[in-house]
Amino acid sequence: MSSRSLKAKLVASPYIVWSALFVIAPLIFVAYYAFTDSSGAFSLENISELSKYTTTFLRSIWFGIVATLICLVIAFPLAYFISQKTEKVQRTLVLLVMLPMWMSFLIRTYSWMALLQDTGIINSFLMKIGIDPIHMINTQGAVILGMVYNFLPFMITPIYSVMAKLDHSMIEACQDLGGNRLTCVRKCIIPMSMPGVVSGITMVFVPSVSTFYISQKLGGGSFDLIGDVIERQFQQSYNYNLGAAISFVLMILILICMAVMNRFTGDEEMAI
Amino acid sequence: MKKISAIVFSAFILVSSALCAFAAAPDEIAALKGTTLYVYNWGEYISDGADDTLDVNKAFEEKYGINVVYDTFDNNEVMYSKLKSGGVSYDVVIPSDYMVQRMIKEGMLEKLDFSNIPNFEKYIPEKYLNPSYDPKNEYSVPYTVGMVGLIYNSAMVDGAPDSWSALWDKQYAGQILMFNNPRDAFGIAQNLLGMDYNTESEMSWKLAAELLKEQKQVTPVYVNDEIFLKMETGEAAFGAYYAGDFLTMKDNNPDLEFVYPKEGTNYFVDAMCVLKGSQNKLAAELYINFLLEPDVALANAEYICYASPHTAVYTNPEYTYYGNEILYPEDGKFKTQSYLNLSPETLELMSSLWDDVKNHNIDEGGSNYDFFFADGELGATAGGDVLTPEGTKYLVYILAFAAICIAYIIFRYVRKKIRENA
Repeated sequence: MSSRSLKAKLVASPYIVWSALFVIAPLIFVAYYAFTDSSGAFSLENISELSKYTTTFLRSIWFGIVATLICLVIAFPLAYFISQKTEKVQRTLVLLVMLPMWMSFLIRTYSWMALLQDTGIINSFLMKIGIDPIHMINTQGAVILGMVYNFLPFMITPIYSVMAKLDHSMIEACQDLGGNRLTCVRKCIIPMSMPGVVSGITMVFVPSVSTFYISQKLGGGSFDLIGDVIERQFQQSYNYNLGAAISFVLMILILICMAVMNRFTGDEEMAI
Repeated sequence: MKKISAIVFSAFILVSSALCAFAAAPDEIAALKGTTLYVYNWGEYISDGADDTLDVNKAFEEKYGINVVYDTFDNNEVMYSKLKSGGVSYDVVIPSDYMVQRMIKEGMLEKLDFSNIPNFEKYIPEKYLNPSYDPKNEYSVPYTVGMVGLIYNSAMVDGAPDSWSALWDKQYAGQILMFNNPRDAFGIAQNLLGMDYNTESEMSWKLAAELLKEQKQVTPVYVNDEIFLKMETGEAAFGAYYAGDFLTMKDNNPDLEFVYPKEGTNYFVDAMCVLKGSQNKLAAELYINFLLEPDVALANAEYICYASPHTAVYTNPEYTYYGNEILYPEDGKFKTQSYLNLSPETLELMSSLWDDVKNHNIDEGGSNYDFFFADGELGATAGGDVLTPEGTKYLVYILAFAAICIAYIIFRYVRKKIRENA
């Protein structure tokens, strides 16, 4: 028993070292900077200064929620669709989902700018076929589109990987018991794929709330998300303390949101 | 007696060897072969061999056998943060004037040994000597100079604008590009308000911030390099940017025009410096000297399109921009000011006000926001409220969403209980 746990420890040690260095240590630094001033003395000033960013916090969280919901609505049926195909087709489809991620996130977002512009590719095409151009760039919708586009694979992949391993006898049992398609989806497939949905939500919501590049390029920089403010404190203003304080509060807010969501889905699993 | 003469003698040797070092004997330069020089410069700010131009870094490597590691930054503050946070060590950096001053003040720069940079005396004319950011000219050598101006698309704009107020013109709402960095954005507002860029008065900065908030009425798009894409494709009618970059844009869109607004504008110098703690100072000075060689300076001026302070460049009739009125306007033709280093308090105030500007939403200000271009009261909604109307809107959305989630949890829980009891 003890040798096995030693082995387990050994196997886990690369990750433990990694997370100590690159997860735990940075978190400690963030907390340290958040509660000190530029001379290193203890201070609550950074935290109390945050009230002026309330709107930005709320805007970021709301955008995150909307982007996550849209991702979920798109990803769930798509993941189901993929998981119903033969294995060979599945592999190709998953590859297609991952394909955009072979290119840099920054380049993809920059290209959306060229697509969505008033004189951009989409609008030139619309004008050619005689439709009035639509103003898309520099709107909130464009930012959410950017988030959905960039983070959609993070929703599809975990849901798909759970669905691919679903026990088909359960679905057959549901059909045998006279359930129609909708009932089977509602009573069998959704509850059974919940673990994938939960990790998908986490993997989309967290980066959406804290993203900064998308809002600058697709939103025209005229409204900030909290990630923009944090980036500015570190890069432009050289105010590590305020930046750390915002990051710290953001982390806590995300934790609260995740706790609420986990409660939500935890209940779901009990209901199976 | 013997002792004293020995001391005098060794002191003499020390001094003379030090003198030798100043002159950088050829064998010392030869000894640098195989060493590495770290250079930190703006992006797209050196001739790099693209399109048959001169590859400056490669030419330097070939001439001296010193390897060049070349990195780029996209604004002064990013460069400063990176250097300040440690973990990087560069030999040569090329910041702008006010940042040079700040770095001198914070002891981040090394004094240059101008005897290793003979081209400085040869080619840099007197008007660039002893600039206000480096009054004794000990730390820096000018690399490029330039001015900020107003770029407009003549196909989209009626007439020829001559004022920064064009950037506040509601007629062009949504088609106005603004600097996405506080110093340049505030600079434009300060031009309009007739203020000193380097004022330490809190009221002045707040006033400038109010003007920038008022600009939100025309929903300006805050840009850095994206201005190239947006001006060239006709996406925007107006933009404020550097004269040299306008020339690049004009090549791709001939409709673009340029003007130095009558209120005055920013005149800047980007200067070459050596960082304190440089491991290869002689190589750094050789590099600076190399950048001042006439053919290298010419290649850079052609590539970057910014004005050059180098006499052998701007007096060369074969230079593409020889006598160009935008790059080389007559001295004193336009009102200009330069950025200088600000006190830490003012810098902090500026950053904080810039956050306010970026977060400002014009809906909440209502009609009180016409204080500058119309009569009205100033600063009616400055600061204060924790929750703006926009924030309230999002809070309501989020709470509604949370309420739906919670209601659903309760619904499931109750249903489960009922089933268990049944």
